[in-house]
Amino acid sequence: MSDDPVLRVEDLNVRFRRRNVDVPAVNDASFSLRRGETLTILGESGSGKSVSLKALMGLLPSYAEITGKIWLNGTEILGLPAAALAKLRGGAVSMIFQEPMAALDPVYTIGEQIAETIVQHEGVDRRTAMKRALDLLEQVKIPSAARRLKNYPHEMSGGMRQRAMIALALACSPSVLLADEPTTALDVTVQIQILLLLRQLQEEFGMAIVFVTHDVGAAAEISDRIAVMYAGRFVESGTSREIIRSPQHPYTQGLLSSTVHGGMRGTKLVTIPGTPPNLAELPPGCAFAPRCRYTTEACRRPDIPVTIAESGAMARCVRVAEPVFA
Amino acid sequence: MSETLELDPRDRGGPAQPMLRVDGLKKYFPIRGGLLNRTVATVQAVDDVSFLVHKGETLGIVGESGCGKSTTARLLMRLMDPDSGSVVFDGDAVGDLRGITVNEMRRQMQMVFQDSYSSLNPRMTMAESIAYAPRMHGLGRKEAYDRAESLLAQVGLNPRQYARRYPHELSGGQRQRVNIARALALEPRLVILDEAVAALDKSVEAQVLNLLGDLKEKFNLTYLFISHDLNVVEYMSDRVMVMYLGRVVETGPVEQIYRHPRHPYTRALFASKPTLDPDRRTTEMPLTGDPPNPINPPSGCRFRTRCAFAEAVCAEKAPALAAPLHGDYDESSPHLVACHLPAAQRAMGAHHV
Repeated sequence: MSDDPVLRVEDLNVRFRRRNVDVPAVNDASFSLRRGETLTILGESGSGKSVSLKALMGLLPSYAEITGKIWLNGTEILGLPAAALAKLRGGAVSMIFQEPMAALDPVYTIGEQIAETIVQHEGVDRRTAMKRALDLLEQVKIPSAARRLKNYPHEMSGGMRQRAMIALALACSPSVLLADEPTTALDVTVQIQILLLLRQLQEEFGMAIVFVTHDVGAAAEISDRIAVMYAGRFVESGTSREIIRSPQHPYTQGLLSSTVHGGMRGTKLVTIPGTPPNLAELPPGCAFAPRCRYTTEACRRPDIPVTIAESGAMARCVRVAEPVFA
Repeated sequence: MSETLELDPRDRGGPAQPMLRVDGLKKYFPIRGGLLNRTVATVQAVDDVSFLVHKGETLGIVGESGCGKSTTARLLMRLMDPDSGSVVFDGDAVGDLRGITVNEMRRQMQMVFQDSYSSLNPRMTMAESIAYAPRMHGLGRKEAYDRAESLLAQVGLNPRQYARRYPHELSGGQRQRVNIARALALEPRLVILDEAVAALDKSVEAQVLNLLGDLKEKFNLTYLFISHDLNVVEYMSDRVMVMYLGRVVETGPVEQIYRHPRHPYTRALFASKPTLDPDRRTTEMPLTGDPPNPINPPSGCRFRTRCAFAEAVCAEKAPALAAPLHGDYDESSPHLVACHLPAAQRAMGAHHV
């Protein structure tokens, strides 16, 4: 395959502007993904990670102002007319959500929903589409797939529904799969099954995955690269190894040290003081500065330097830019 | 720990008497349907659950959704009535003529829920919410509000800033701090934390966990810590109880359970934990499928349908909680496992975290 990115995002900005609110939800987000690659956007609630995904999918409400550039397979898709966008959704790019019960249609069977997508996008007849649906259910390892094809969403367990939604998303072999916290609502034993399934399907289908989560553990299991988002901005990105082993940004460091893992019994957790900022009233400069223990004057100035290491790892931090502080 | 316990005037049976003794707790929910609205099935939410909580310890309860951990908590608080079983609080049977009433029990046992917003009255200020229970239990208005303010300070919220605020004016983490303060308002001895940090962001979760640790020491508390998060339970608990489909499958000291789990389910559960190491990713599914439907649980051992070791005996009768078939047995803090098969229990030893 060529080395060209299947998805490239440059300076994506999303702003929600209504009568008395003005919320810059995503600021200057840039990233690109190659075939078969997984990028995790890691962040806490309100950090803008889901909004970024929805902007890619064209799912934001009309009052959202979206600027920047998004290329999918070399074609610019931001600003495409609704009909062209609808053709892409479920075709070249598709999405899975945290709540399959909310994402699936309760009055159609799983089979009908998957077949519908295939008919819409590829214009094949229903019987062929239904047969493809059966294959897909088998590929996502739903036991007794032929019977499940005729099930309604409420007749399935949570893990099964999540598999069905993945089958639906993969129906037209998308080049990019957007996954918005798909394992958050699941039990651990089911979560790991879904993560392994996604990894395996990625090998078979070769799609690129943008995986959004707040869970460092899930990120470590699935991603090639991780981008950490805070207050609507990427503060650090790198390979998952770089981010988990040697985080550079104080926020990433704090997030990792406050994530409880085995063998921490009896120690006090190192926490990040305070709470995430209100996006409508962001401080100038680094948004993390009010909670950061290394804050200096330079952090409050508007242009925070971005450091890009040889490996391509990025950090947006005054301290990283000037190692004198360390 | 024992020194302060002996000084606590509320302590009745001495440090050796368990704070809570639960015996044969059972709750079945009927499912009605059909033409005459008859009971067509039952959900065996909690089925014959027995355990002890010692004074000053934290007992963690882990398990997947539907395993009965939250129902157990609600039964203990008498937010619903058990079908059978007894709860003895520091030697006094709850709801028994010779014991203590449910009200008296609730003065000593309080609960913090997962949803910080729905557990607060949206029309009460923080101070009102916290002062409510003490006032109901007979404390004067002034004293109750003084206590509310001091508790707000104890949980890290400046009373001047937060006492008059309403729930919607606070963040999730702040609201959960208020819920903790409210739970402490009656000076309870046992606090049940039912997924109390599950809805919080990681950075806030860590703050609240630290707070819980500090408060436990300061107020001489005993915790029942319920969570689906295995790492958080390991961090918080002295002893752990693992539940599966309404039954206890394994219980013991936290190191024993986490380092040498004996039950095939416990091992699979821990193996499902993300590794947090990009170089040692999980490669095999520890378990397949979802937990079975609690409406028609499998006969005998409820885990047998997902267990790699299952034999005929597992379908015939339910295994009782007993000492592992090999290994050390410590009288004071026993490791108990509900599994028929020595081979399945021995295989556990191979798992290291």
